[in-house]
Amino acid sequence: MLREIFLLLLLAGLIFCAVATAVSRRLMRTVIIFMAYSLIMSVVWLLLEAPDLSITEAAVGAGVTGILFYLALRRIHQFDKDAADKENEPGERE
Amino acid sequence: MRKSFLQKLSAWYKGSYDFTLKTADHMDARMAHEYTGKEHKLREVERKELVFSGVLYNILCVLFCLIFIGVLLWSVLFLPPHGSPDNPAVNEVMERYVAAGMEETGAVNTVAGMILDYRAFDTLGESFVLFTAVCAVTILMNNTKESAADGTPIPMTVKPGIVEYSKDNIVRTVSRFLIPFIFVFGAYVLLNGHLSPGGGFSGGAILGSALILYAMVYGEDRAAAVFSERLIKTVVLISLSFYAIAKSYSFFTGANHLKSIISTGTPGRILSAGLILPLNIAVGIVVCCTMYSFYMYFRRGRIQ
Amino acid sequence: MFTSFEDLWVHLADNYIVVVSIILFGVGFTTLLFSRNLLKKVVGLNIMDTGVYLLLVSMGFIDGRHAPIIANGVTDTAHYINPIPSGLVLTGIVVSVSVTAIMLSLIVRLYEKYHSLNLDVIYELRNKEEHV
Repeated sequence: MLREIFLLLLLAGLIFCAVATAVSRRLMRTVIIFMAYSLIMSVVWLLLEAPDLSITEAAVGAGVTGILFYLALRRIHQFDKDAADKENEPGERE
Repeated sequence: MRKSFLQKLSAWYKGSYDFTLKTADHMDARMAHEYTGKEHKLREVERKELVFSGVLYNILCVLFCLIFIGVLLWSVLFLPPHGSPDNPAVNEVMERYVAAGMEETGAVNTVAGMILDYRAFDTLGESFVLFTAVCAVTILMNNTKESAADGTPIPMTVKPGIVEYSKDNIVRTVSRFLIPFIFVFGAYVLLNGHLSPGGGFSGGAILGSALILYAMVYGEDRAAAVFSERLIKTVVLISLSFYAIAKSYSFFTGANHLKSIISTGTPGRILSAGLILPLNIAVGIVVCCTMYSFYMYFRRGRIQ
Repeated sequence: MFTSFEDLWVHLADNYIVVVSIILFGVGFTTLLFSRNLLKKVVGLNIMDTGVYLLLVSMGFIDGRHAPIIANGVTDTAHYINPIPSGLVLTGIVVSVSVTAIMLSLIVRLYEKYHSLNLDVIYELRNKEEHV
């Protein structure tokens, strides 16, 4: 019984996180919520008697995917910064 | 200056007005929320786009989502009940894997025995998927394309971010203690794949994240000095070829009813389960190097 | 086969994990289709993936049984859950990471050229490019 209640709470958290990633306006928030989603998912795998998946999801889904998203966002930010720097350089303007 | 409703409607059609926003200032404030960049020539296009980003669009999205979920939920009625032992998924294949798996493969963990012995061909294909992904990321993110006059590539300059982890004392001190433990845990998960939950994929991912943490904290240059592009390429290729050759031998002997010289050993020992342990190590190395290369290419466009 | 709505609700409540996986799939699919931000599309695809995995694993789960790791030499089939979905999903998770990496690198490339993550803006700029 306790297991069912815990599982239901986690599943509710999953749905909440999924909807939150869809509606949040900041991309950084989306990525962080997605990492939380993956962590909840790894606990759900444990409750569904799939410990192999749990370890893999925690390492891959929450760790590596999150880092990849973060790095992609950072690269994108870098392009913006470069463009702004170029605009502000004296002599570049016509 | 007030516009009439018809004027507003025609402006909305042309894309210069949004009913959900009051003034143009609001519109600008809303655009600043998104990562749109600082390109001014894009403003007009984005202003047009904002017409469809209003409440109506969101409501339609939610409506579509609900209808879609409703249609799919209808199919649940025709599914067997959850958790019952009489489900059609619980068939003779599963019974065979569980009942005879330990004897035939020597692996205590049935999942590891399944993916690396009964269905090892799948896993080989998947390792090649990872390898292909690294190749694709290498092509796409390679930043040394621009070369100088004499043909030597100019490496990209990595600018420091807002938080430079290698300068932070707390991060450095904690990582110095944490990284060895993460490495040991990853190696444990990798080597015990046939005895306990874990195996090549999870162990490799943990080792890869330890490498990523090392590169983050101590700087990419120090990490690249140890794990160079050449080393990674060689190790991954050797692992993949070892996997292919070992499994070819296993398939050859199995298909021709020959006796394999690799014994399954005593289940439960660390040196048991025949080919599963070496195959786990090969897969783990491929996954680890893949994750590390992903990080390096996303971070600075090259491994070296 | 279902005579009343009560039956329907009971069936849905019994299969609650399948229901949740379908909701996750729907939310992810909607994000993938209707979000114009490319990065959000990737997150939506990942959520869709996990919905499918949850459905697969819930099909292999059997009440009161344990993970398929042979303990104390008990090889009785009635003691363990179905290992096949776990194996399938294990490969699926790792493949989804490589797909995510490829898509993210494509997005970074697109941003480098068009300086936008908005798919419609990229389309528009591309059209302009072709007409010039």
